[in-house]
Amino acid sequence: MNFIALKMLVGNRAKYLGIIFGLTFASLLITQQSAIFLGLMTRTFGFLTDTGLPDIWVVDPKVQYIDDLKPLKETESLRVRGIEGVEWAVPMYKGLLKARLPNGTFQACILVGLDDETLIGGPPEMLQGKIADLRNSDAIIVDIVGATGKLAKILPDGTRMPLHIDDTMELNDHRAVVVGTCRVQRTFQSQPVVYTTFSRATLFAPRERKLMSFVLVKAKQGQDINILCQRIRQMTGLAAYTHNELRELTVHYYMKYTGIPINFGITVVLGFIVGVAIAGQTFYNFTLDNLRYFGTLKAMGASNGTLFRMIILQASTVGGIGYGIGVGAASVFGLMTGNTELSFYLPWQLLVFSATSITLICAASSVLSIWKVIRLEPAIVFKS
Amino acid sequence: MIEMDTMNTNAVLCRGVTKTYGSGSTQVHALSGVDLEVCLGEHMMLVGPSGSGKTTLISIISGVLDHDGGECRVFGREFSHMNRYEKTLYRKQNVGFVFQMFNLIPTLSAAENVAVPLLINGVSRSEAVDRARDVLNRVGLGDRTYSLPDQLSGGQQQRVAIARALIHNPRLIVCDEPTSALDHETGHKVMELLHETAIGVDRALIVVTHDARIFSFANRIAKMDDGRITYVTSPHHYLENEKQN
Repeated sequence: MNFIALKMLVGNRAKYLGIIFGLTFASLLITQQSAIFLGLMTRTFGFLTDTGLPDIWVVDPKVQYIDDLKPLKETESLRVRGIEGVEWAVPMYKGLLKARLPNGTFQACILVGLDDETLIGGPPEMLQGKIADLRNSDAIIVDIVGATGKLAKILPDGTRMPLHIDDTMELNDHRAVVVGTCRVQRTFQSQPVVYTTFSRATLFAPRERKLMSFVLVKAKQGQDINILCQRIRQMTGLAAYTHNELRELTVHYYMKYTGIPINFGITVVLGFIVGVAIAGQTFYNFTLDNLRYFGTLKAMGASNGTLFRMIILQASTVGGIGYGIGVGAASVFGLMTGNTELSFYLPWQLLVFSATSITLICAASSVLSIWKVIRLEPAIVFKS
Repeated sequence: MIEMDTMNTNAVLCRGVTKTYGSGSTQVHALSGVDLEVCLGEHMMLVGPSGSGKTTLISIISGVLDHDGGECRVFGREFSHMNRYEKTLYRKQNVGFVFQMFNLIPTLSAAENVAVPLLINGVSRSEAVDRARDVLNRVGLGDRTYSLPDQLSGGQQQRVAIARALIHNPRLIVCDEPTSALDHETGHKVMELLHETAIGVDRALIVVTHDARIFSFANRIAKMDDGRITYVTSPHHYLENEKQN
C-alpha cells in the first residue's frame, strides 16, 4: 500500500509542491535563525574558547559573564598561586581601549594582557609572527579580522591597507607596534582584539586602582577541579569557575538579561507556525481531495491502520524532503556567510532540533487528516 | 479468514431490514423492513425512484453501512454478529465494487488500480500488478495497462473498475449505477462484460440502476419504493408491469 500512498501524494503535483514548500520554508527559517542565535551565543564566550589552557578562572564574585569586568588586586594571583592543588596561576587583563588610527579616527579594541613571563592565555592561532615577539618593546598582536578591517589603514584613495608587522598605532595615546597577527573567535561586539603583555596592558589602560581582570589557574595533575574551585572560593573570597561554568554563566546572562533569545525565539516560533499553517492546511486539503479514494480503499477492505500508515508515510515523505531542502539551504547560507560578520553555528544538535520541529509540524498536519480518514464512513463511496 | 457458509444457496438474505438516518424532526427512514433474497449465481437488479433506499440497501449488503434492525445474512453470516474488524475482513475478501463514477485513483495506472484489492489483501506489488495485467486482458484492455484513468474513455474506465472488482475473486459484486455515466452503446458493452465475467455458480451480482436499457441482463429485478421492496420479478414481467402502470 506504500506505493499507492506515495503515488497519491506525488501525483497531485501542486499540493505536493505546496506542502514541500511550506515545510522547506519552516525548516529553513527554524534552522537558519537558530544557527544565527547559536552563533551569537557562541560569540559571547568566544574569548573563553580561545583561552583553553587554564582549568579555572578566578574572578570577582559579582561578575555575571565573561565581559563583565570587575578588576581584582594583582596580589590575588599570588594568593591563588599559594593554594594547595594549584599548578600555576597567572594574571590576565582584559579591557576596552580606544585605538587611534593613522587617519585620526578612533576605534574601540579589546585589549588582552598576558602574563609577562609565561604569555599564557595568548591567541590560539598565529598567522604572522610569534607570541614570544610580545616581549619586544611596545609589541602587540592584532587579530586578522581587526587588522584587515576596522584597524586597517585607509589610504587617500579610500582603499583599506591591512596592518602588517612593524606597523604602528596608538593605544590610549601609547605607541604600539604590531609584531604579529592571529586568528581568534569573533567577539560578540565585533571589536578588534589586541594582545600584549599584562604589564604593558596596564600601561595602556586608563589608570585604575585595580587592573587585573582574571586569575587563570591550572590544577595539578590528579586534582579534582571542582574541589579546587571550592577551595579557591573559600580561601580568597573570590569566585572561581571552571571553563564550562563560566561559559554557562555567560550564556545564562545573555539568555536572561538580553532580548536576543526572545527575538530569535519569536522567529523560530513563527517558522513553526508558518510551517503548520502552510503545510498543515495544504496537507489537509490534499487529504480532502483524496477522501473519495480513501473511502474507496476503506470500502474495499483497507483497515484504519493501513490508511493511518499511508497518511503517516505521506507526511513523513514530505517532511523528510522539506527538512532536507530547508537544512541544506540553511547550510549553504551558513557557508556563504562564513567569512562575514554574521554569526552562524550549526551543530548536529540543531539538526536534531530542526528535525524534531518538522516532525511535530508533520504530526500536527497529519492529525487532522488522520482524524478525517479514520472517521470516514466507507459508505461515502456510494454517494455521487 | 472469515468463515462463510458455502453450502447455502442464498448469497444474500435480508429479513425486515431497517435503517434510519438522523434523529428527531430530521429523522429519515431509508429502509422500512426490507425482505430480499439473492441466490448464488444470480444477477439481481435493484431498481426504483431516487430516495427509495437502493443505495442504502447495497451499502448494508456490502458491509459498508450498519443496519438498525432486522436480519441481514450474507453467505450465511449475520452482519449484526460481526464486529468492525470482521466486517472489514468480509469486504476485503468477499466483495467487489463497481461505482457510478468509477472511483479509480487518478495517479495510478490502470494495472495499479486493478491491483488495489490484491494489495489490500497483502499480495506483493509485483504479483498483484502481474495478475492485474491478466485481468485487464480479460476485459479487453491489455494494451492500456500503463494508462492513467484520465487517458481512458468512460467505458474503458468502467472496464478497469470491473477488472478491479473481479481480481480477488470476490463472491459478491455490487455495482452502483454502473452505466449511468456512459452512453448507451458503451453501457451495453459494459453490462455484457459484467454479465460474462462476474456471474458464477458461487458468486452473486447485485446492480443498482435506473437504466431500463440494461434490465434484460438481470435474472431478477427487485423494485424498491419508499424503503421497501415492493416486488421481485423477471425483467420481462417487470417491463410489462411498468408499461401497464
